[in-house]
Amino acid sequence: MITLDRRPETSHIWLYATPLLAVFLTVLCGAILFAFLGFDPADALHAYFILPLADQYGLGELTVKATPLAMIAVGLALGFRANVWNIGAEGQLTLGAIFGGGLALAFYGQEGPLLLPAMLIGGMVGGALWAAIPAFLRTRFNANEILVSLMLTYVAGLLLSYLVTGPWKDPMGFGFPQTRLFGEGAILPILLDGTRMHIGFPLALVAVAAAWFIVSRSLFGFQIKVVGLTPPAAGYAGFSGRRIIWATLMIGGALAGLAGAIEVSGPIGQLTPSISPGYGFTAIIVAFLGRLHPVGILLAALLMALSYIGGETAQIELGLPVAVTGVFQGMLLFFLLASDVLVHFRVRFRLRGAGRAA
Amino acid sequence: MDMLILSSVAVSIMAASTPLLFAAMGELVAEKSGVLNLGVEGMMLAGAVLAFIVGLETGSGILAIAAGAAMGALMAALFAVLTLGLLANQVATGLALTLFGIGLSALLGQSYVGTPIPPLPKLSVGGLSDIPLLGPVVFGQDALVYLSFAMTAGVAYFLYRTRAGLVLRSVGENPHAAHSIGFPVIAIRLAAVLFGGAMAGIGGAYMSLSYTPMWAEGMIAGRGWIALALVVFATWRPARILLGAYLFGGLTIAQLHMQGSGQIEIPAQFLNMVPYLATIVVLVLISRDATRIRLNAPASIGKVFHPDG
Repeated sequence: MITLDRRPETSHIWLYATPLLAVFLTVLCGAILFAFLGFDPADALHAYFILPLADQYGLGELTVKATPLAMIAVGLALGFRANVWNIGAEGQLTLGAIFGGGLALAFYGQEGPLLLPAMLIGGMVGGALWAAIPAFLRTRFNANEILVSLMLTYVAGLLLSYLVTGPWKDPMGFGFPQTRLFGEGAILPILLDGTRMHIGFPLALVAVAAAWFIVSRSLFGFQIKVVGLTPPAAGYAGFSGRRIIWATLMIGGALAGLAGAIEVSGPIGQLTPSISPGYGFTAIIVAFLGRLHPVGILLAALLMALSYIGGETAQIELGLPVAVTGVFQGMLLFFLLASDVLVHFRVRFRLRGAGRAA
Repeated sequence: MDMLILSSVAVSIMAASTPLLFAAMGELVAEKSGVLNLGVEGMMLAGAVLAFIVGLETGSGILAIAAGAAMGALMAALFAVLTLGLLANQVATGLALTLFGIGLSALLGQSYVGTPIPPLPKLSVGGLSDIPLLGPVVFGQDALVYLSFAMTAGVAYFLYRTRAGLVLRSVGENPHAAHSIGFPVIAIRLAAVLFGGAMAGIGGAYMSLSYTPMWAEGMIAGRGWIALALVVFATWRPARILLGAYLFGGLTIAQLHMQGSGQIEIPAQFLNMVPYLATIVVLVLISRDATRIRLNAPASIGKVFHPDG
């Protein structure tokens, strides 16, 4: 029979090998899934993972999609390390988009050089405010932040829907539920001609670097780790667990809000009812796939970005249903969580009954 | 005429409450055994889509409901393999299950979006549903509504009046003690998780077969999460889950009627926020007393069980 023996220390080899193993198993199962759907697996995998990277435009798209994912995931990972489960990043992203987009609309036709920075900061404020609600309710009333932040995601979506169908609707928009296109001065500059790569990508890299500094080099990062490993230890060590909850939620919310403001001032250029293909939820997968470590998260964000673009490419090239992307992403997280067992446990195969004697 | 409206409102409240009742009671059993499965939303979606497909292709309501239950249980089995077999983190795995369920249901259901289906037949117990006013409410529901009451009573009886229920609760309170007396902790938790999945699947099936009779992507719209909140709201007690589910069903119908009446100048989006905001309010009211939560929650909830500790 198979038994699991707890390792005295976590296995460092498996810690880094399991994400690769999970990706490999996902691709394998993906190939089976494609065959099952009636597509040639080789063609489909080629369209999914190779074709999008074949030209400069595709590489630019990779950065466009990786930007919000990396940005949100590094913020969420800080919380996850401390056992603070903010899973409402999608809602915080939406509020960031509303705040940033609202500024763009308010100053329409009179954009100055300060508008874009103001929009990005506004986005951070919006996201942080939305995350402050679960932070307050958790620290003050002990309410579960998972459920509160998730419920607020639905509320944020409805709020956005109200704004773009009501007061902020484009008067010239033929009744479509969307705002007018932002003015030239409220659009993020493109970094590379011929692509959509915008200035948000370097900002995401800055966020990754800052998160790396917090995690590896700061007292705050150490406190996060302590709270995550043994919650009561915070009290003994003389710092407040509440402060960690507040700080991780505010950072996570601000980064998600920033990602939202970047999305609407970058690739989208206006507010519409659906501004994100679930970046806030996919970022949860990115955070785990990247082992909650900023550098790992950056790599994971690029991979997940590829799954979005690959899904679109495969749809155009082969007519594969775009929903496959969601299945892929879910499968990847499953395989990762499953292979995690190798990090903490040694798998032993024993003859039944022989175990005790040995 | 007012009584007639009252009667039809009561019928629609029951319809809105039934999926919540199924999902929350299933999750209660899983949580009582010490397993927190945050994948309810994903299991409901998967159950909803498969029940719809089977219902449409076979025309059989019973087969459709069974398919929904089986799909929910299958999703739960996936969760069980990871959390019980491979000792994965329950919170992360539950989230993964929901994300997977969203994707899988969208994939399975994509060619069925917008196809109408005849709703589950309303039962007519010996013609009693023709009794004015009370008839439709008491005797004119579809089978799943009655099943949801029977299931609630059955779960309450099982948990508090049978030896097996006592064992299940003891596993949730202290799995190591239960293990040392010789109870098969993993097998008991597996059964509880599968039951939870089947109930979430039926809850989803009710949505796509009866409540809206159609399939739309993401049609569960957070009801799985509301069901999770209901378990906390009910402080892990079956009767209070029944109460909570009907409170939320009533709230949903109330805001729909306000939208329909057209007399109130509130945009539909704000009225649609009501169930989500109410969930938050209810969570806050019940959680503010931390001691009460601690005393009522199964002591080992969310913790991985490994015999060596």
